Amino acid sequence: MTKTVLYVLSVVALMLSVGTTTAMAGVFNPQTFVLKNGMQVVVLPNHRAPVVLHMVLYKAGSADEPEGKSGIAHLLEHLMFKGTPNHPNGEFSKTLARHGGQENAFTSFDYTGYHQTVASDRLEMVMELEADRMTNLVLKPEDVTTERAVVLEERNQRIESKPSARLREQANQKLYPKGHPYGRPIIGWRAELEGLTREDALAFYKDHYAPDNAILVVAGDVNVDDVKRLAETYYGPIPARGLGERKSLVTQAPVTGGETVLRDARVKQASWAETIIQPSLTNGDPKRVAALEVLEELLGGGGTARLYRALVVERPLAVSVGAYYDQGARGDGRFAFYASPRPGVSLNQISAAVRNEVQKVLDQGLKDGELARIKKRMLADAVFSRDAMKTGAWSIGGALAAGHSIDDVEMWPERIRAVTEQEILDALKAVLNEPRRITTKLLPNGNGDGA
Amino acid sequence: MKKGVKKLFFLLIAVFIPLQAWAVEVERVISPGGIEAWLVQDHANPVVSMRLAFRGGSELDVPDKAGLANLAASTMDEGAGDIGSQTFQQILADQSITLRFEAGYDRFGGQVKTLTENLDQSMDLLRLALTQPRFDDEPVARLKSQIIAGIRGDSERPVKLAYNAFYKTMFPGHGYARDSDGTLDSVQAITQADLKAFVKTRLARANLVIGVVGDITPQRLSALLDQTFGALPAHPSISRAQDATPNASGRVQVIDRAIPQSTIVFGHGGLKRSDPDYYTALVMNHILGGGSFTSRLYEEIREKRGLAYSVGSGLYPMDHAGLIVGSAGTENARVSEAIDVIRAEWARMAAGKVSERELNDAKTYVTGAFPLTFTSTGAIARVLVGMQLSDLGIDYLDKRNAYIGAVSLDDVKRVAAQYLRPGALDIVVVGKPAGIVPSP
Repeated sequence: MTKTVLYVLSVVALMLSVGTTTAMAGVFNPQTFVLKNGMQVVVLPNHRAPVVLHMVLYKAGSADEPEGKSGIAHLLEHLMFKGTPNHPNGEFSKTLARHGGQENAFTSFDYTGYHQTVASDRLEMVMELEADRMTNLVLKPEDVTTERAVVLEERNQRIESKPSARLREQANQKLYPKGHPYGRPIIGWRAELEGLTREDALAFYKDHYAPDNAILVVAGDVNVDDVKRLAETYYGPIPARGLGERKSLVTQAPVTGGETVLRDARVKQASWAETIIQPSLTNGDPKRVAALEVLEELLGGGGTARLYRALVVERPLAVSVGAYYDQGARGDGRFAFYASPRPGVSLNQISAAVRNEVQKVLDQGLKDGELARIKKRMLADAVFSRDAMKTGAWSIGGALAAGHSIDDVEMWPERIRAVTEQEILDALKAVLNEPRRITTKLLPNGNGDGA
Repeated sequence: MKKGVKKLFFLLIAVFIPLQAWAVEVERVISPGGIEAWLVQDHANPVVSMRLAFRGGSELDVPDKAGLANLAASTMDEGAGDIGSQTFQQILADQSITLRFEAGYDRFGGQVKTLTENLDQSMDLLRLALTQPRFDDEPVARLKSQIIAGIRGDSERPVKLAYNAFYKTMFPGHGYARDSDGTLDSVQAITQADLKAFVKTRLARANLVIGVVGDITPQRLSALLDQTFGALPAHPSISRAQDATPNASGRVQVIDRAIPQSTIVFGHGGLKRSDPDYYTALVMNHILGGGSFTSRLYEEIREKRGLAYSVGSGLYPMDHAGLIVGSAGTENARVSEAIDVIRAEWARMAAGKVSERELNDAKTYVTGAFPLTFTSTGAIARVLVGMQLSDLGIDYLDKRNAYIGAVSLDDVKRVAAQYLRPGALDIVVVGKPAGIVPSP
C-alpha cells in the first residue's frame, strides 16, 4: 500500500506493453521541453477524465549508491515524505489526502520516482509541494531512526519472509561482476541498512536531487502551455547543480555464474530459472533488442507461446513456463527462462525440456505465419497501452530516467515491425552462447530435485 | 431497443470539495430481449471493455468440491462449441482479445477487452464460453495442476495462512470459511460433469449484471446483448447461501512459523453494503485505518513507532455478512506492542474521540479519490458492475458525494461505538511472535 521498492521486473513489464498500430503515429505522442535549469518536462494530454498524473523521476537509483551504503536511495525515498520548513511534519501527504489525491513513490536500480494523481485543477498545488521537497527536505534524527525501522520491516516482508526473494537476492550477486551495483538488492543488505544515518540520506539527496537530474511527467487532462507555465513557476527557479555524467553500468567483466540453490521448508512448489546477461537499449544494437523482444514473445508470451504449448499442454511436464527479457535497464539487460514442474518432474528434467524446445526453434526456424501473428499481437498492445492514463507516463518517464530517449519508446512499433526471422534466430544463438548466466533452483528441504 | 435513463452526472458537486465538475454519462441499455447493461461511451480510442458478473460465487461450492467456481472460471476460456482449447486460445491471442473469468465468494465475474474491429468476434467467443464450454480432459487436468500448484505455493504464504485462519474462525460451516481456490483434494475431485452442471445451474440472465465502456454505441450494444447472452437460461437453478454472523470473540491464534516477521490479521463483524450506515462506516474507517498515508493506524504504528511497513484496516461488505478487518506485518519481538496499539486505536475511536477536522479531511479524501480511478475503460466498467451488484442505482455516481457529505460527527461516533469492539477483535498471528499467549 505504500512507498514501495519497484523491482526492475515490473518496470520492464510496463515498458514492454508499449506499442502502436501505425507507423506514422508514435505510441503516446508526448510533447516535451526543457527548463532553463535543465529539467526535462514531458506532457501527455489525455482528456477522458479531469484527472492528472504528476510524476518526478530522479536519475538516481540503488545503482548510484556509494559502496557500503546499500539501501540509501530507497530509505531517502521514504524520508522524502517527512517535511520541509514550508510543509513540515508530513504535511505533503496530509495535504494531498485532503484534496482526495493519491500518491506513491518507488525506487528501482536506475531511478527513483514520486507520483500523485489528483483532480486536474489541483496540479498547481501538487507541483508546489513536489518542487518544494526537491531541495528543502529537513530531517530530524528521530525521523531517520523510525523510518529505518519501517524499511527493515519492509525488508522482512518483501525478502526475508519469501524464499523466492531470498534466492533472487543471492543469485543477483553472482550474475553481476563483484562490486557491480546490480548485484545488491534495491532495498539494501540488512547489515548496511541498519547502519544508514541521517547524514547518509542527506548526502545522497544533495548529490542527486536537482532539476538537472530530474524528469517531470504530467499526463491527463492538461495542455502543454499550462504545464509549461506552472513548471517554470515552481521548478524553474531551482538552480541547476551541474551534476556529472553517471558512471557506466555496462561491463564485460566475468561473473561467478553457476547454479544457486535455495532449500526451505516453506517451499511447497519447486521452480527453476536461468538468467542470462544480454544487451539492453543502452548498449545493444536496436535491431538486436527488438529481436530479443519478439523472441521473448515467441517463447514465453502467454498460453499460445512455444514453451507453454510444448511443456504445459502437449507434454504435462510443467505447471508454468515462460521467457522474460528486460531491455530497459541503464546497464546490461537480462534474458531469462523459467518453469515450475508438475509433481513427479524434476528441475533437471524441466530445464532439459526447455533447452530442447529452444533448440527446436534454432533447428527448425519459425512456422508459417508465426512471426506475422506475433508482431500483430505486439503492435495491438499499443492501442491498449493508450487506454490507461498512467501507461505512457510510466513508460516514457522510466525510459528517460534510465538514459534512453523518447524515440526509444515512440519508434518501438517500427523496430518490432522490421524484425526478421534470421534476426530472431541470431538473437537466440547469442542468448544460448552467452557465458554470463546463472541457474536458480528453489526447492523444499531435503535432497530431492523437485520431483 | 428501449432506451433507458440518459443523464449527465456531475460527480464532484458537494460544497466541501470544490473540485471542478466532471461528466460521466451512464446509459441504461435494454435489449429487445430484455437484457440490461450499463454503458459509458468513450470513442477516443478503438477499445471496448466489458465486465460482467453473476450473483453467487464460491460460497455455493459444496465442501468436497470446494474450488468448483474457480476451476470453472479457469477452464471456460479453454475451448467452447466446436473450438478446442488451443484453437480458442490462439484466436484470442491472434486477435488481441482479453477474455477471462474469475470467481469470488459472492460472484462469478467475466471480462472482455478488445479492439473495436474485433468486437463481434469477441462477443461470439464470450457467448460460446458462457453457454457451450467444452471442459475437455486435457485443459481441465492442466488447469487443475496449475491451481493445485498455486494452492501448494500459497500454503506457506503468511498472509494467506492468516486470512484463511481468520475466515475459518469467523464463519464456521459457511462457504465463506473456505478458500475460493479449494483444497488439494477438493480440486482433484471435481469432474467434467460438475463443471457442466455449474454452468447450467448458476449462469443465468436473472443473476447477471453487465457494464460496458468504450468505443461502442447503445444501438450496437443492444444487438450484441441479445446475441451474446440471449441463450442463457432465464433463471439460475440454485439459491444463494444463507446469511452469516461473524463469530468474533477476542480470540488470539498463533500459527507458528520460523520467519523473522509476524503477519497479524485482526477484525470482527461489520456492515453490509446495503446498511444505511455504510457511508458513515466508510468515513470512520478511513480515519482509523483507511488507504492513505494519514490514517491513525498508519500514524501510530508506522510513522511514530516504526513497527510495520504496511498497516491498515478496511470494510469487507460481503453479500451475507460484513467484516471490519485489518492487517500488519511487524518483527516478532514487537508483535505484542503492535497489538496493544491496534486495540488502543480501536478503543479510542469506539469512545468517540474524533474531531471535526478529521471528519472533514476524511470526507474530502473519500469523495476526491473515487473518480481518480476512472482512467481506463476497464476500471470504469468495473464500477458499473459494482453499482448494479450493490443495487446502488444508475444515478449513484451523481449521489455518492451527497451520501458522504451527509455523514456527521455524531454519526461517526454512533457507528464507531456500535461496531468497533476492541475486546471482540479476533487476532491471527503467523510467525514467531514474542510474548503472545494464544487463546485456549
